[in-house]
Amino acid sequence: MDTTIKNSNLKSEEYFINMGPQHPATHGVLRLLLTIDGEIIKKVEPDLGYIHRSIEKMCERDSYQQIVHLTDRMDYLSSHINNEAVCLTVENALQIEVPERVKVIRTIIGELTRIASHCLWWGVMGMDVGALTTYFYGFRDREMINDIFEETCGARLTMNYNLPGGLMFDIHPNFVKRTKDFIAHFKTKLSEYDTLLTGNIIFQKRMKGVGILTKEDAISYGASGPVGRGSGYSCDVRKYHPYSALDKVTFNESLKTDGDSFARYQVRIQEMWESMAIIEQLIDNIPEGDYQTATNAVIKLPKGEFYQKVETARGELGVYIVSTGTKNPYRLKFRSPGFSNLSLLNHIAVGGKIGDLVATMATLDLVIPDIDR
Amino acid sequence: MVKPNNTILEIMSYFGDIFKGIKTLLTGMSVTGKYFMTSHKGAITQQYPDNRDTLKMFDRFRGEVVMPHNEINEHRCTGCQKCELACPNGSIEIIWDRQVDPETGKKKKMIDKHIYHLGMCTMCGLCIEACPTDAILWAQNYENSVYNRSALTKVLNQPGSKLMPGVED
Repeated sequence: MDTTIKNSNLKSEEYFINMGPQHPATHGVLRLLLTIDGEIIKKVEPDLGYIHRSIEKMCERDSYQQIVHLTDRMDYLSSHINNEAVCLTVENALQIEVPERVKVIRTIIGELTRIASHCLWWGVMGMDVGALTTYFYGFRDREMINDIFEETCGARLTMNYNLPGGLMFDIHPNFVKRTKDFIAHFKTKLSEYDTLLTGNIIFQKRMKGVGILTKEDAISYGASGPVGRGSGYSCDVRKYHPYSALDKVTFNESLKTDGDSFARYQVRIQEMWESMAIIEQLIDNIPEGDYQTATNAVIKLPKGEFYQKVETARGELGVYIVSTGTKNPYRLKFRSPGFSNLSLLNHIAVGGKIGDLVATMATLDLVIPDIDR
Repeated sequence: MVKPNNTILEIMSYFGDIFKGIKTLLTGMSVTGKYFMTSHKGAITQQYPDNRDTLKMFDRFRGEVVMPHNEINEHRCTGCQKCELACPNGSIEIIWDRQVDPETGKKKKMIDKHIYHLGMCTMCGLCIEACPTDAILWAQNYENSVYNRSALTKVLNQPGSKLMPGVED
């Protein structure tokens, strides 16, 4: 039904409103400057810098071992993958070949991190559109992964388990059993996610046809990860530039062509299935061997520029190191997935309602410390 | 003019949507209802302050850095300062001195104070990784809040403690 008043003297004006930096729906200290007309969004301008800690500058001060722990604090939901990215860059620069065991363990923990991150996203995304139950279910399953991490790495979120040249210590004896238990548990739960939320008609009406991003726009805005793949842009770094043990496993890149919020949602759900398939292929035959290769106590990278990209839970993370041959990097730049994904928010939210903006932002899965660094 | 045929279709789809909505709601509630009925088992939440006596952290949990001492007040820290160098944010300060070793009669580096700022520590574990003599370890202490910030600066070696004989870096 059309409820707008036509042919009347009532006029609406554009006005300006702040959303954030302490708004619960922005999931962090993100400030959105909204220009709206009634409920229709005319313009979204993100304002950043509320959680800037100058991590890139701090990296120039630190040694290569010390840089690793700072990357935990960027995208804290995929901290292990961030650590891995820095370690891979340093290892490539030094031309160290890490043992097979390290590669496999890194891949398994990386995929567990991805599942944990998507679990949290699923819960929070449900909450953003008004389904509070999902929040508890998502956190319930993530808790099991956090326990695995706590037992093996010693921390639940900022794990800091990697070092250039290998891992800090070997996996815990319970690791394999716990991971298998989790996979068996999560297979039953993930199908419940679909029953509970994906099939829900209210949820689908909020998601379908909202926040449409075309493939061309996804590419030109530099979208990566599930956001790009929801628009049909095949951009999985794990597929195109496999690192660690990812060249030994077979998995499908989850791809949807609709480009709306629902497509991005489906890509992430599908990705959790694929991550479980990757873990299942590796968990039974973790090769024996060392968990570390000997590196110098002071790591000095050769003079030059080095780049490595990995696929975090949010998209493509690039680490670019310029070295002058000293023990600190001359410049270190992170290409974070969240920054590019946030930049397209204006493009997909304009013309929609404020309520849809919250839902659309939830499907972008923004982590603000990753954007601000 | 709206054709009557269209109106009927509109009404039908309106009610159809309502019934579909109710059906999917019930499907979702079959999941939540299952957990509601069996909520007594399989809960992962812990009754935290009440289970303090039985709550045991994992062995590798990073609570705070400690320096273990044996019964006769000896530690394993030689004062090599590798932990101080490895620390990314200056949480460790070592005050040391060269003292005459009573056994050999030579001057030897001895720690006076091994100061650890828990408030600055990011629990990265690089100090423990760097320590050549396993003098410092992780403790599984998880209740670190205090009323005064100065209580977070700790001296890890106990007063009057000595280096364990035979420990060399």
